[in-house]
Amino acid sequence: MGIISRGFSGRRRAEAVKLPPGQYLTTDFPVLSAGPTPHVPLDQWEFKIDEGNDTLRRWDWKSFRDLPAETFTVDLHCVTRWSKLGTTWEGVSLDTIFADVKTDAGYALVHSYGDYTTNLPLEDLLNQQAWIAFRFDDEDLAPEHGGPARLLVPHLYLWKSAKWVRGITLLDEDQPGFWESLGYHNTGDPWREQRYWGD
Amino acid sequence: MWRIGTVVALQDETATARTIKLEVPDWPGHVAGQHVDVRLTASDGYSAVRSYSIASAPNPERRVELTVDRLPGGEVSPYLTQEIAVGDHLELRGPIGGWFVWRTQQTEPIQLVAGGSGIVPLMAMIRSRASAGSTAPFRLLYSVREPAVVWYRNELQALSDFDRSVSITYAYTRVAPKDWPRPAGRIDVNLIANTTWPSTRVPTCYVCGPTSFVESAASLLSAAGNSPHKIRTERFGPTGDRK
Repeated sequence: MGIISRGFSGRRRAEAVKLPPGQYLTTDFPVLSAGPTPHVPLDQWEFKIDEGNDTLRRWDWKSFRDLPAETFTVDLHCVTRWSKLGTTWEGVSLDTIFADVKTDAGYALVHSYGDYTTNLPLEDLLNQQAWIAFRFDDEDLAPEHGGPARLLVPHLYLWKSAKWVRGITLLDEDQPGFWESLGYHNTGDPWREQRYWGD
Repeated sequence: MWRIGTVVALQDETATARTIKLEVPDWPGHVAGQHVDVRLTASDGYSAVRSYSIASAPNPERRVELTVDRLPGGEVSPYLTQEIAVGDHLELRGPIGGWFVWRTQQTEPIQLVAGGSGIVPLMAMIRSRASAGSTAPFRLLYSVREPAVVWYRNELQALSDFDRSVSITYAYTRVAPKDWPRPAGRIDVNLIANTTWPSTRVPTCYVCGPTSFVESAASLLSAAGNSPHKIRTERFGPTGDRK
């Protein structure tokens, strides 16, 4: 426990919601990103999986949207300490994306339009834990929230859920992404409060 | 790791904003633009943590200044702007962040664009430039609702009077002073074209403010020819368009 802040009582939540340590509940949907919002026309959009120089799979918008999609409801936890519960999305499971991909790689580096990157073990993307989402709350995903399509890996802090996603590079060795190189935790599990380097 | 700072001074900036000056004995130093997490703990162990940008320049005195705006219905900001007193202790974690920073080695033109309380990390950059004796040319475009809510006005004036390579433009969104050359309104194409660095100077741009402000300012800078790679943003608050 920290030192007592004289005269601070705080505002506890009335409802019995379990949040990861250090998070507070918001009903809003804050936006955080490191640069301007890219606007990607659908006729130029593509998503690919590669192993460096070898492209394993590639989709344009039409072939991506022809993949079986699912509706799912998840909780979001941002490292800036807000959590938003029960958000409903439509997207394609990464299990579907990876169905025909044969790889021995253990790690993924996710790339976005606008050159954002984030890294995670491949196993964090599989087994119904991650999606490429294109609708939120029954509407096409707005550009500031990552539209036309973003990664969603809700069991990790939200910076792992790359907006404006354009591809995944499979790697034998882990390689830190954008925030992971700038002081943020390599794994980012909110329930273990892995916010920053050294957590 | 949580560090303990002692409040050594308080200064009101506006009716709702207060600067808290802290001495942090084991402060490792920071870079302009970084932030800290502040933790408040109640007597029963309940705690609340929020992030605040550092307002002060890097300094050898292990001093950290935060300027906090009181948010209606907020949990932490009312305490920091009304309750805390000189001599109180405050727990800090940081400094945090390695992207939205200005380092004294940077010599290229710098374009700062602030919306409201988004001035704080940009003020740290301006102060850092001054204390390091940097000659990097700085421009600040500072958008505020009305004259009464400008933060750091006298210091900004003094810094730009002292050094002509720091130029400041105010843009008022609701109420402009009498005889102000531009009617009150949001930042637009003309204001960006007339007051920010031409993109041919290849400035590094730092934009900080509420989300809708940052979206708009970053798009305008990009449309004016600045590469998205040269535009760094820091946003806070809700989107305003979705609940």
